[in-house]
Amino acid sequence: MMMSGPSCAVERLGALLTRYTGQILSESRLWRIETSLRPLLRERSFASLDDLLVALDRDTSAELLALTLDAMLNHESSFFRDIGVFRAVEEKVLPRLHEAARDKKVLRIWCAGSSTGQEAYSIAMMIKRMGEMWDGWRISIQATDVSAVAIEKAKRGRYPQMDMQRGLPINDLLRWFTPVGEDWQVADEIREMIHFQADNLLDPRRVSGTFDLILCRNVLFYFPEDKRGIACDQLAKHARPGTYLVIGAGEMLTGGNSAFTNCRELSCIYVADRPVNLNGPCALRAANPLPPRSPIG
Amino acid sequence: MPNCLVVDDSKVIRKVARHILESLNLQVQEAGDGREALEMCDANLPDVVLLDWNMPIMSGLDFLKELSRRNLPQPPKVIFCTTENGVDHIRAAVDAGADEYVMKPFDRDTLESKLQIVGVL
Repeated sequence: MMMSGPSCAVERLGALLTRYTGQILSESRLWRIETSLRPLLRERSFASLDDLLVALDRDTSAELLALTLDAMLNHESSFFRDIGVFRAVEEKVLPRLHEAARDKKVLRIWCAGSSTGQEAYSIAMMIKRMGEMWDGWRISIQATDVSAVAIEKAKRGRYPQMDMQRGLPINDLLRWFTPVGEDWQVADEIREMIHFQADNLLDPRRVSGTFDLILCRNVLFYFPEDKRGIACDQLAKHARPGTYLVIGAGEMLTGGNSAFTNCRELSCIYVADRPVNLNGPCALRAANPLPPRSPIG
Repeated sequence: MPNCLVVDDSKVIRKVARHILESLNLQVQEAGDGREALEMCDANLPDVVLLDWNMPIMSGLDFLKELSRRNLPQPPKVIFCTTENGVDHIRAAVDAGADEYVMKPFDRDTLESKLQIVGVL
């Protein structure tokens, strides 16, 4: 007998998210699917999740699929989220990277899973705050997220007042933001430091080369263990000895991440201390092929 | 346990702030205007002041200026918490010595992050 009803629809939508993004929905997020999708249901005049699924089966443009997946993704982000980690990056990691590359004067940073941009902007403001020590450096910040909708918001750099309150020091607000109606617009000088692109961490096609600093915070725990291994391999692939990796509190590296060692004195921060070897045994990676390319990344 | 003085002429705001601050393990005192807040600071200096702008008797900005005149060796951190959300007001508060600025309405995450920024949490 075919299952029907909200519960079945929720499970099918959860499976859809996993198929296209690799992410899984925890029990606590599963029951919020209907809430997350309610604006889309209303906008498209669907009476239920089942109606949405029927439309998804018929949709050939992939636009509806993109919007559906985006609504189910968690875009929670804030400026300088986990301030202790940002202080460690400012006071320990960036000075070390500055020392290590003082001859070449090149700094490459990747925010993997940048959501709506607050993390990347925080890093950019931090570098500006550090002042003239970065004068003459070629600094690039690449920020990627599986959600094209989130990336568009990030590129715009305009945030409501409530977002501005969470974690953003008032001096940074005064220096780098201008009020626009009820919102605040980040300055072009900061915005132009960052290259935002939609891309899937499990199969990044717009990211190339290695980085000095990679931030992938509160991203890995949305993946099941096998996909987390693939994600960790991708992070390792874009690292070289001396690359720092910052992950979220409570997140763990798995898969082919042997290149990274935890910095004992710095919570959530790892450093690649040997050449990356992605050819070693990684059963998780071999057993689980990549998901289909996401239409939103 | 850090001590926070909440200065606001609204009992409701004081109650909401107290609820949030106590959930963040801060001890809370309350004052209804700047003058009362100064007297409380003279008696027992708090670690941080959550300060409204518009109040009867003495405004938040006047309180801050008076507090600065005392040249305290370890002045409390001051977080403005006000409906005055214009850049001019924010700049005036920072120029007068405010460490942080919260634009009402606020929530727990906002207060927690501001307390972290000023080093109280």
